[in-house]
Amino acid sequence: MTQKPILSAKNIKKELGKGAGRVLALRGVDMTLNPGELTLLMGPSGSGKTTLLSILGCILAPTKGTIKIAGQETGGLNPEDLAELRRAHIGYIFQSYNLFPTLNALENVRIALDVIGQKGYPAAQRAEEVLHDVGLGHRLKNFPSNLSGGEQQRVAVARAIASSPEIVLADEPTAALDSENGHAVMALLAKIAKEQKRSVLAVTHDPRTLGYADRVVRIEDGQIIGEERRPDGLDAPEIADLTKRRKANG
Amino acid sequence: MILTLAFRNLFHDRIRLAVTLVGILFSIVLVAVQLGLYLGSSRMITAMIDRANGELWITTYGAKSFEDGGMLLTQAERHQALATPGVKAVIPLVVRFQEWRKPSGGSTRVVVVGADQEDGGLAPWALVEGTWQDIKAPDAIAVDRSYLDELDISGIGSTAQIGLGRVRVRAMTDGIRSFTRSPYVFTPLSRARKLIGADSTRTTFFLVQLNPNANAETVRTELRNRLGSAEVLTKQEFHDRSLVQWLFRTGAGVALIGGELLGILVGTVIVAQTLYSSTKDHLNEFATLRALGSSSGYIHKVILAQAGLSAVVGYLLGMLISLGVLLLSKSSPLPLVMTPGLAAALFALTVGMCAISAVSAIIKVTKIDPATVFSR
Repeated sequence: MTQKPILSAKNIKKELGKGAGRVLALRGVDMTLNPGELTLLMGPSGSGKTTLLSILGCILAPTKGTIKIAGQETGGLNPEDLAELRRAHIGYIFQSYNLFPTLNALENVRIALDVIGQKGYPAAQRAEEVLHDVGLGHRLKNFPSNLSGGEQQRVAVARAIASSPEIVLADEPTAALDSENGHAVMALLAKIAKEQKRSVLAVTHDPRTLGYADRVVRIEDGQIIGEERRPDGLDAPEIADLTKRRKANG
Repeated sequence: MILTLAFRNLFHDRIRLAVTLVGILFSIVLVAVQLGLYLGSSRMITAMIDRANGELWITTYGAKSFEDGGMLLTQAERHQALATPGVKAVIPLVVRFQEWRKPSGGSTRVVVVGADQEDGGLAPWALVEGTWQDIKAPDAIAVDRSYLDELDISGIGSTAQIGLGRVRVRAMTDGIRSFTRSPYVFTPLSRARKLIGADSTRTTFFLVQLNPNANAETVRTELRNRLGSAEVLTKQEFHDRSLVQWLFRTGAGVALIGGELLGILVGTVIVAQTLYSSTKDHLNEFATLRALGSSSGYIHKVILAQAGLSAVVGYLLGMLISLGVLLLSKSSPLPLVMTPGLAAALFALTVGMCAISAVSAIIKVTKIDPATVFSR
């Protein structure tokens, strides 16, 4: 890859807890995210995957190390500056979807746009557009309680990509989904990476997701223990095919 | 979207919303009633002073209110006042408590107000039956129709006795009520003196009217120099002194203000408690917003919008009930008063109360760690 990374992290260390309960969750991690790539961060429970994701997404501050996002170093930024950085460059997908139960699908996406200052009709139009893109054009007015797990996760994906961030970070995006919905969501993430040239990083320990990855980074005990590129990762036509098959299955 | 989210958060839990609204409503009604009583009392206390047509009041030394003048001023003071540069007229007023003998037995106290219409000083301003000419008839008086029962009379033509003199009701007013609960009885000056058994030269107050170009302060200073045994007050001073006397020295106003503060306190605590628990319930959503990159200001706006919506709904319901209470109080001895200014002040107070209530919720949300979104 010759592309310039959108995110680079160097020698990231993170201590959690205090005193006797102090744990070194990350022990000097280096990582880069490139546009157009779906990267999987895999590792067993407690390996530091989510901690690293939180740090890369400017939600947690590292104890040591430097992070550069779109050319900007995050060290020394205050919480409001970090929030601004997230608004400008990062979209999040959470394991439990974290949708607003009192807002319908369209409003759940619109609120992410509202946060970045996109309001009114253009925001509504954009929200509708991304919900169509993730296959939920017919569920715009449904509240999360009336959506299946897979549909909720797709709303979360739409929310994450609505503002067209360069980086999409997903925390166990398939953990709460059945096999079919898990594949659908991964296909969607791969499509976003490929077609929209986004950097997608998904934390997972779900082996079903491997087929969609361009790159797999393995982490254990707070250290990167391996990284492999997957030239056989699905390309866009195959993803489209998979999506069609899923739709055909109902 | 801020308003949408605030609205949905608020209306999501209907029972909690009902508790919030009841809290605000209770607070509004309590404060509206107390302020309405305060305003009604204030107007009642100062109505005679405010309606009197004169810039300065000459009173006996230490007169605390309209009903507290005594009968100590004489013609000598009047002549001295009339001789003061800038004075156009000096109008005598007689005001004194006297016993009212009821036609069917027993007695009550009334405040006899003696003034002559032709002087242009003070006249019953809300005559609904009869005229000043009728009041000039022998033994004639005017009373307020709201006191008919208390005075044990039926209306025009009824007779009674004040002090040693027989009187006949020839005119009636509507809405001239007395804070002392002793009804005002209007009658010409000379008859008032007879009814209270006073010397024909004695007076309670002199109402001073000034020439158009006279400086009130200069005239007052001159009058003070000339009238050593009397006090000279501006209309506003006498107004304020009467309020202080009846509302604060008697403790009535303190009780009303105490009630208002209690209402505000109860409302604030209930709204604060509800907003805090609502915020706590929606903490994960606020953390999600933060993770999505919202500024803390955006989240504060959601909470403040919730507080604002509570304030508006609570205020409207509270005002509806308050207006009902207001209507019911119309015929009571102490009617409540609601003015556009008071309604606006109450709205500002409600919004302020809800905004203060939001502080605890904002403090809670300020400490939110967006990383909690990963621990759900």
